[in-house]
Amino acid sequence: MATRAARLSAEPAAGQAATVRGLTRSFGDRRVLGGVDLDIAPGEFVALLGRSGSGKSTLLRVLAGLDREARGEIGVATTVAVSFQEPRLVPWKRVLANVALGLRGPDPVGRARAALAEVGLTEHLNAWPLTLSGGEAQRVSLARALVREPGLLLLDEPFGALDALTKISMHRLVVDLWARHRPGVLLVTHDVDEALLLADRVLVLDGGRIAHESAVPLARPRHRDHHDLVALRAGLLRRLGVDPEETA
Amino acid sequence: MASTELDLPVASRAAPVRWRLPGTGRRLVSPLALLVLWQLASSTGLLPERLLAAPSVVAATALDLVSSGTLPEALAVSLGRVAAGFSLGALAGVGLALVAGLSRLGEYAVDPPMQMLRALPLFGLIPLFILWFGIGETPKVTLLALGVAFPLYLNTFAGIRGVDAKLAEVAEVLRLSRGELIRHVVLPGALPQVLVGLRQSLGVGWLVLIVAEQVNADSGLGYMINDAREFLRTDVIVVGLLVYCALGLVTDGLVRLLERRALAWRRGLLG
Repeated sequence: MATRAARLSAEPAAGQAATVRGLTRSFGDRRVLGGVDLDIAPGEFVALLGRSGSGKSTLLRVLAGLDREARGEIGVATTVAVSFQEPRLVPWKRVLANVALGLRGPDPVGRARAALAEVGLTEHLNAWPLTLSGGEAQRVSLARALVREPGLLLLDEPFGALDALTKISMHRLVVDLWARHRPGVLLVTHDVDEALLLADRVLVLDGGRIAHESAVPLARPRHRDHHDLVALRAGLLRRLGVDPEETA
Repeated sequence: MASTELDLPVASRAAPVRWRLPGTGRRLVSPLALLVLWQLASSTGLLPERLLAAPSVVAATALDLVSSGTLPEALAVSLGRVAAGFSLGALAGVGLALVAGLSRLGEYAVDPPMQMLRALPLFGLIPLFILWFGIGETPKVTLLALGVAFPLYLNTFAGIRGVDAKLAEVAEVLRLSRGELIRHVVLPGALPQVLVGLRQSLGVGWLVLIVAEQVNADSGLGYMINDAREFLRTDVIVVGLLVYCALGLVTDGLVRLLERRALAWRRGLLG
């Protein structure tokens, strides 16, 4: 029982947004995570890459407190917020009510309104979620996460279902919001370019462990053709089992 | 080739003039034709009044029944029965579904007996109900309540259990309390299915009323119809049936209205 995942109650190691030690998770006979160690500093933007089925979403769900079967030591910031790939808005609540849902403290509606203004959705406060475009819904989902002022923000492939143009503006928005609020971020993605454009540090999950780590010490906004990024991209693609020459 | 092409405009000009009736008007043509046929058959004696009264007679009788106060009185009694039976049944059906839907313990306690009871033929219970409750209002209201309770129970229970697990995860991530989860996610999520249950139960309700009122009633629409049978008054019987129809249509319309109000959020989905 000592190695039982201690969910959200445990405090992270001093000065960290999240700490994970020796995390394991199996589904039946299949061991998806086999001893993951991870630290996310406050205000640090970490991207987690991995092939499909590598367990990256499982790791995020553990940090979100949605997986009680995982074993290991886990500590996360007091406030954790999540934005999923599908925006998962509550369809029978208008946009403003979605953002204010479960919000504690003074003036939840006013704070929700301010958060929606930050993501540029002031004119859709009273819209039903099903009338929004994919990008708009995802921005509402971001506002709903950020309005809680999280110490740790978990992003589970939040741009995966968006078209290329919407994706570009969402990348800018996320970097802006992160720079303003400075949560520790774990972005789960399979898009190497996305990871390199946004993150301070890119991790590769392979074989149930963090198999590789690259720091990205470049100022934002970044350009994908920057020669440092080109080199990093080639290295990461190789780590993911893709020949960079062939994809180019 | 050339000659047939030249013929075409002539042919289309000779085409018969199309009827210009709005959609609803076009749909009224055949029912009206049937009504006229019915009237003709009655007037010519082809359809004896002892089997089915003529539409004109039915209309006159309807006016008579209204002005004499017979129909309003019978209607009031029947509506009272439905109101009482429906309220009791809805309360029981929805209440039990909440107990069964919101907790495992409740499911084990409530669902098995409900599933067994729903297999009972409702109208087969009438002899037992007469033995237990006599022939007054109680067996009629009980039968109604029972008929109404099951569709509402089954649909509400299914609605609660069918709420999107992904939204339940959102509630968990947003740290909603159990009460907030039920209020903001589970109940509104179950509502569409509950309204389906409401429509079904109203349908069953009217049916049960008709049957229950044929059994030893001394007032109400069913009594009016039964009484008319004794005197071969097919006109009164038809009026009674038409009133049942109208009641069913009105309540169905009310539920539709309620659906449009309560499920406004789905309009985006429907386009």
